[in-house]
Amino acid sequence: MGARITSPSMESAPMNRAAALYRSAIFKKAIMAITGMVLFGFVLSHMTGNLKIFQGAEKINHYSEFLREFGQPVLPYKGFLWIMRLGLIGAAVLHIWSAIALTLDNRRARPKNYELRRPVQMDYASRTMRYSGFIVAGYIVYHLLHLTSGQAHPDFVHGDVYSNLIIAFQNPLVAAIYVVVNILLSFHLYHGLWSMFQSLGIDHPAVKGLRRPFAATFAVVICLGFIAIPISIVTGLIQ
Amino acid sequence: MNLTLKVWRQENAQDAGRFEEHQLSDVSADSSFLEMLDQLNERLESAGESPVVFDHDCREGICGACGLMINGQAHGHRARTTACQLHMREFSDGETITIEPWRSGSFPVMRDLMVDRSAFDRIIQSGGFISVNTGSAPEANLIPVPKEKSDAAFDAATCIGCGACVAQCPNGAAQLFTAAKVGHLGAVPQGDPEADQRVVNMVEQMQEEGFGSCTNHRECEAACPKGISISWIAGLNRGYLKAKLRGVDRRS
Repeated sequence: MGARITSPSMESAPMNRAAALYRSAIFKKAIMAITGMVLFGFVLSHMTGNLKIFQGAEKINHYSEFLREFGQPVLPYKGFLWIMRLGLIGAAVLHIWSAIALTLDNRRARPKNYELRRPVQMDYASRTMRYSGFIVAGYIVYHLLHLTSGQAHPDFVHGDVYSNLIIAFQNPLVAAIYVVVNILLSFHLYHGLWSMFQSLGIDHPAVKGLRRPFAATFAVVICLGFIAIPISIVTGLIQ
Repeated sequence: MNLTLKVWRQENAQDAGRFEEHQLSDVSADSSFLEMLDQLNERLESAGESPVVFDHDCREGICGACGLMINGQAHGHRARTTACQLHMREFSDGETITIEPWRSGSFPVMRDLMVDRSAFDRIIQSGGFISVNTGSAPEANLIPVPKEKSDAAFDAATCIGCGACVAQCPNGAAQLFTAAKVGHLGAVPQGDPEADQRVVNMVEQMQEEGFGSCTNHRECEAACPKGISISWIAGLNRGYLKAKLRGVDRRS
């Protein structure tokens, strides 16, 4: 490995470089992968935190208060929470932007479709990424109005996470929506988590064989962790 | 064998094109797919009609000239097989076979089943080479090449540039082709000094040609007559991102 020949560009290098990256599908996929990793990290910790409902009202309500107070006195009340929220909003926006930009480019790449096309090894998760992503995005809006700000909740009490959840999921329709969307999310994660490695070029022999199992494990774990709550409430296991 | 062929016919790049149906009888099960098309063309010519235009050259599965979408799959349903090496025994008597050209905005249809794949040539021209001084061939063992690296380079170098990866990809992406070319040259010490510049030039030329991009469906790998692995695409992504982090811009 000697010194590599690189190009000290003569023209307005920063502008050209930015334009080339903006056009680059590989760069957009890297953005999608990194923001996807951030969103995955959130989903995993959110799921873990939610499971405190099985420890009773006091534990989960205390946990939500802890998230608001975290960082005090260095940060103001809810300061940490808002930093995380802004980070997540930013990640979601970039994730969706790269998805839309790439989808439009890909549509343009094949102006005329085949009369007959038989996919060989595309799986259900990979071919439904756009739909599962779109549905999950819509669900997030509903979910925030439902259990964060409360407008979509019949009897919302700020800070009383436990009873908010119990009341919400005693409605079988609401419980069903949560279960279905979380199953779709797990399909999205199954393809997304594996894709993330591929898009970032992580395929070293030491990790290559672990990429699919990693994606499958976390897709299942996250799905089961989330749907356990509405199912437990709607069936009366938690009251 | 008796067959019904549903073949794409198109006068030129501007023509909208249409499907044409032909009944073909007495097809030998031992003939190749292209020989079956030859048989159709002989009949068309003797009836004073224009033959179906399709690309072909070596008919040995090594040149990459032939390329047909056969029943919705690039080069047909048999794995690791080019259209010329696909035999009619793979089909059943009385079957209807749909034959279409590669569909990609970057591969314009020239006539019938023949497409213009010069976009691939331009990707190669942008960096798919190793710069050496001309003259007598150097001593072969002057530069030691580790066995694993030469094996890997050979795997990627089996790419014949047929375009099946683009044709089969739901996004019309050319990443497997470009990855194989970047990968095979970059895997060996002779190609290493230009590796960063090569990957940037070739990826950005690929982008400019208007190909789609990878969404990791692995269809290209399944369609590739040479079985080239999508691991090369991971390598391409890694190489491009690393080169950009090092500040490498496109240069001709």
